[in-house]
Amino acid sequence: MINLEWVSDYIDISDLTPKELAEKVTESDINVEKIITNHIDNLVIGEVVECTNHPDSDHLHICKVNVGKETLQIVCGAPNVRVGLKAIVALPGTILPGDFEIKKSKIRGVESNGMLCALYELGLEEKNDATYSKGIYEGATNLKVGEDALKALDLESTVLELDIHKHRNNDCYYHIGFAYALGSILNRKVTLPDISFKEVNDNVKDHFNLEVATPKCSYYLAKMVKNIEIKESPEFIKKRLISAGMRSINNVVDISNYVMLEFGQPLHFFDYDSLGSKVLVRDAVNNEEITTLDNKERILTSNDIVITDGTTPKCIAGVMGGVDTEVTDNTKTILIESAIFDAVSIRNTAARLNLRSEASIRYGKGLNYEYTEMAIKRACHLLEKYANATVLAGTVKYDNVDKTEKVVTFKASEVNNLLGIEIDEADMEKEMDRLGFAYTLKDEVFTVTIPNRRLDIEPNVNDIAEEIVRLYGYHNLTATLPVVPIKKGEYKGDIKYRKFISKRLRMLGLTETKTYTLVSPSMAELFDYEQKEKVVLPNPMSVDKSVVRTTIIPSLINIYNYNKARKVEDIFLYEISKTYDKNYQEESKIAGLLKGNIVKSSWNGNIKCDFYVVKGIVEDILNSLGFTNRYAFVPAKLPNLHPGVSANILLDGEMLGIIGRVHPNTLKDEVYVFELSLNKLMRKVKPIKFKEPAKYPSIQKDVAFLIDRNINASEIEKMIKKSSSRLLKDISVFDVYLGDNIASDKKSIAFKLTYLDEAKTLTDEEVMNDFHQMIEKVTKEFNCEIRDN
Amino acid sequence: MNIEEIKKNIEQELSETKDIKSLNDLKVKYLGKKGIITELSSKIKEIPNEEKKEFGMKMNELKNSFNSLYDSKKALFEEEALNEKLASESIDVTLPATHIEIGSPNILEKLVEDLEDLFISMGYDVVDGPEIEEDKYNFELLNIPKGHPARDAQDTFYLKDDEILLRSQTSPVQIRTMLEAKGEKPVRMICPGKTYRRDDDDATHSHQFMQIEGLLVDKNIHLTDLKGTFSLVAKRLFGNDTEVRLKPSYYQFTEPSVELDISCFNCKGKGCPICKNSGYITVAGAGMVHPNVLRNCGYDPAVWSGFAFGFGAERLAMLKYGITDIRTFYMTDLRSSKAFDRKEDNND
Repeated sequence: MINLEWVSDYIDISDLTPKELAEKVTESDINVEKIITNHIDNLVIGEVVECTNHPDSDHLHICKVNVGKETLQIVCGAPNVRVGLKAIVALPGTILPGDFEIKKSKIRGVESNGMLCALYELGLEEKNDATYSKGIYEGATNLKVGEDALKALDLESTVLELDIHKHRNNDCYYHIGFAYALGSILNRKVTLPDISFKEVNDNVKDHFNLEVATPKCSYYLAKMVKNIEIKESPEFIKKRLISAGMRSINNVVDISNYVMLEFGQPLHFFDYDSLGSKVLVRDAVNNEEITTLDNKERILTSNDIVITDGTTPKCIAGVMGGVDTEVTDNTKTILIESAIFDAVSIRNTAARLNLRSEASIRYGKGLNYEYTEMAIKRACHLLEKYANATVLAGTVKYDNVDKTEKVVTFKASEVNNLLGIEIDEADMEKEMDRLGFAYTLKDEVFTVTIPNRRLDIEPNVNDIAEEIVRLYGYHNLTATLPVVPIKKGEYKGDIKYRKFISKRLRMLGLTETKTYTLVSPSMAELFDYEQKEKVVLPNPMSVDKSVVRTTIIPSLINIYNYNKARKVEDIFLYEISKTYDKNYQEESKIAGLLKGNIVKSSWNGNIKCDFYVVKGIVEDILNSLGFTNRYAFVPAKLPNLHPGVSANILLDGEMLGIIGRVHPNTLKDEVYVFELSLNKLMRKVKPIKFKEPAKYPSIQKDVAFLIDRNINASEIEKMIKKSSSRLLKDISVFDVYLGDNIASDKKSIAFKLTYLDEAKTLTDEEVMNDFHQMIEKVTKEFNCEIRDN
Repeated sequence: MNIEEIKKNIEQELSETKDIKSLNDLKVKYLGKKGIITELSSKIKEIPNEEKKEFGMKMNELKNSFNSLYDSKKALFEEEALNEKLASESIDVTLPATHIEIGSPNILEKLVEDLEDLFISMGYDVVDGPEIEEDKYNFELLNIPKGHPARDAQDTFYLKDDEILLRSQTSPVQIRTMLEAKGEKPVRMICPGKTYRRDDDDATHSHQFMQIEGLLVDKNIHLTDLKGTFSLVAKRLFGNDTEVRLKPSYYQFTEPSVELDISCFNCKGKGCPICKNSGYITVAGAGMVHPNVLRNCGYDPAVWSGFAFGFGAERLAMLKYGITDIRTFYMTDLRSSKAFDRKEDNND
């Protein structure tokens, strides 16, 4: 929150409206999210000209109030209302904070045409017992009736709510930093506030000694003021704090916050009499305890930094003070701390204790040591002025700050090249001046010293370029394309395969899904056919996302259930994703799920997906990669799959994946799944060769075996192949029969065999010879017979 | 019967045939072994030699005339038969079709594929990387040391100590690609992929999401090149009249850093709820590769420069297709996914 009226203390912006300013700021620097003004329509100054008691109430008054154009009757309950009072009047139609609309009304039978207001009712003060008991606002007698109230009282403020990018936080989180930002945008000078004060002839070093015993505190300044007078803050401080969203407590506490909002440097005020004469800054000890300002007991760890009185923690450094050294109404002497603590440590402590205070946020962003010094002086100045404090001479100091200057050297051409713009040296010099960066220019080389207030800038050309383009205007950049050699882009690694298979599966009717890598332990146990050890998250967000999956199938089952619950009948899904085992070994997998009709007609008959359709889809994928005749489906019993309808898929004899029907205990419906390892599919694909169709006619023979039911087609095929000569070119099953006329432990399986000689026309005799030999061997091997029709 | 009479009879009888059978019967009657013409022809033996020639010619004429009449009649019958068959086979072409269903792409993948096509055409490789990453690649080499506040914003799933994690961005793929090129070769790549952060899932947050990051490192690369490249992407995704805007931003691995805005495709810049009345929508973060990152990957920033950008695939898809719940992408609803299986006009 940046209060523009406050900023105008440091830079002249009187010629710009808040909107113009916000536009300029947004364009070149920091996004202004909102312009917030506390202006309230229909709020005017009025004078109470008559005040009588309400007949039906012991505390209400019936007032006649002159609001300039007219005199209104208003019923008011405040104890301090009286004739002659200049009050703030909310006329009918006024909308007060909290969307509270003032309307003409009757209060206990008496007409009331408005409301006399207290500051808290206008959002200008916090509502509490103290502000409530003050009653309505009492304006100065010289106020003119009928004037806009907040303007007349100088209470109107406009606040910019900024979306400050992370790195700029440390210089735009406070008013002086923002003034500098405006300074470079508007090319105007910044004036710093008064930090002067008188010191009495009494040195802080005689009252107090400091020891810093942790590397996490690089800078610690302390000054002492005595004889302070605790009272209400002056109006301007109250107003400004409230506009920045802070409470006004008393003049002393307010000053520490006020200075923080000016310089970005949090200060801590200790009650000297409660603290004693020693400060030891050290790392906390594990389980050490402190009661903080909010009266809560905090348990510390060795990552925290504490301010102690030599032994006991009195303050969690940078996060929150302790209750026993708090500044109270009785405080007379205070020790002002202005220090720099390790940003990471403060962030961690604040996060752990859930104490993200205005101070901890600022420490957590890093601080400029120059402002650490100025802020303590500014606090002394304000305490002297507004709390009648006497400032002791000297400063207790621990200084381990790296004060190395950030210097960067560059040529204008380097900046131009990085940005794609053309600005000459003379203009570059002007820009450096605008930014307030000290520089020298010699032989085309700029040597620039980055001011300490710009903690965000690193000494390299890119950072300078960023400052320049900010001022140059992003909207003034042209759009060009990189001048680079012509090159063909390509899919690298397994993406090539993934894309190919993905498109193929879509063409085969499967819809692509994308599901979560993290699953629940119970999901991870389903379809766990590989029994791989899994990665279990040490700190999961929830148990249902705590295991890195090794198979995609359970996720597809989820999608299946989701769609089935929505009455989708035909569900064909696939997903290609990476999986990981316990050793972070990566395996990309292709999984599919199929249920229902793969060819659909509303009236003309469907083709339902069965095991063999799924097998066909898997084979098509394998064939399309050139693996024809290199794979096999081997019956297997697999978790969550039907024991009689599932198989391992082998490629070149190695395990490639699985296929099968989902076990009826897992899903009632007839659902099929498969999963293949993409990694194992990624092997050398041979180039396509044209093969001329056979020149000579082939001869086909059919044979049916009456054979033991448990013997698989592939075994019989293998035996047929083994028992035939090279003339046998193709075997295909054309009929399988179980049932009537056949013993219950037998089946009839019929093969069509294709014989071909590539060198000549075959004779039937040659084929029959081969054919009979084969039958003899096969029937012997399986102890079966051939089936005559 | 003389020839003229026979001819007359043939014409008469052929014209009266009603079907192919009676037609064939006629053929037998006239041209069969004992057919009228056959028998008449055999009488040539009895005819004087000087008349034989003329008789023969007349008989041929008679045969030809029969055949020609027969053929045309036969063709007529065949056509009739075919027409009858075709008529019997006619179907109602207005009945509903039988579908061999084609699957649809996941919405995010469709969007990614569109962008891949564009970037491949500009010479970018599409590169992949591990989702379980080392801290080194996910943060440290990207100029995000341990303790940096940028890490707070990316609340990360750590798997083992502070070293092994589920990648919180796809940027480690850029690091790996640069390291592989050893500071010697230019890099032009995009790396779409899954990323993970500790966000509670709701309509606008997802612990798993997709980024599409890209990187170009070469000599003499300017910020204006980023603007031009982004402009092409914006036009491809949201139409040729899309304007782009760069806004200052901050990322640890780029300097200067920018946000990439597109003019609102809905109101064309006039202001509407989608662009929150600003006329522009932020769709990506980008910037010139930070010199520290270049150096970390073996590139000399005095010689090499480049830009990097990152899109959130979900955000793009939500904007482009008017999707309001991010979980849509991770719970495929077949009732709505079908719509994404079709060609779009993408200015390609």
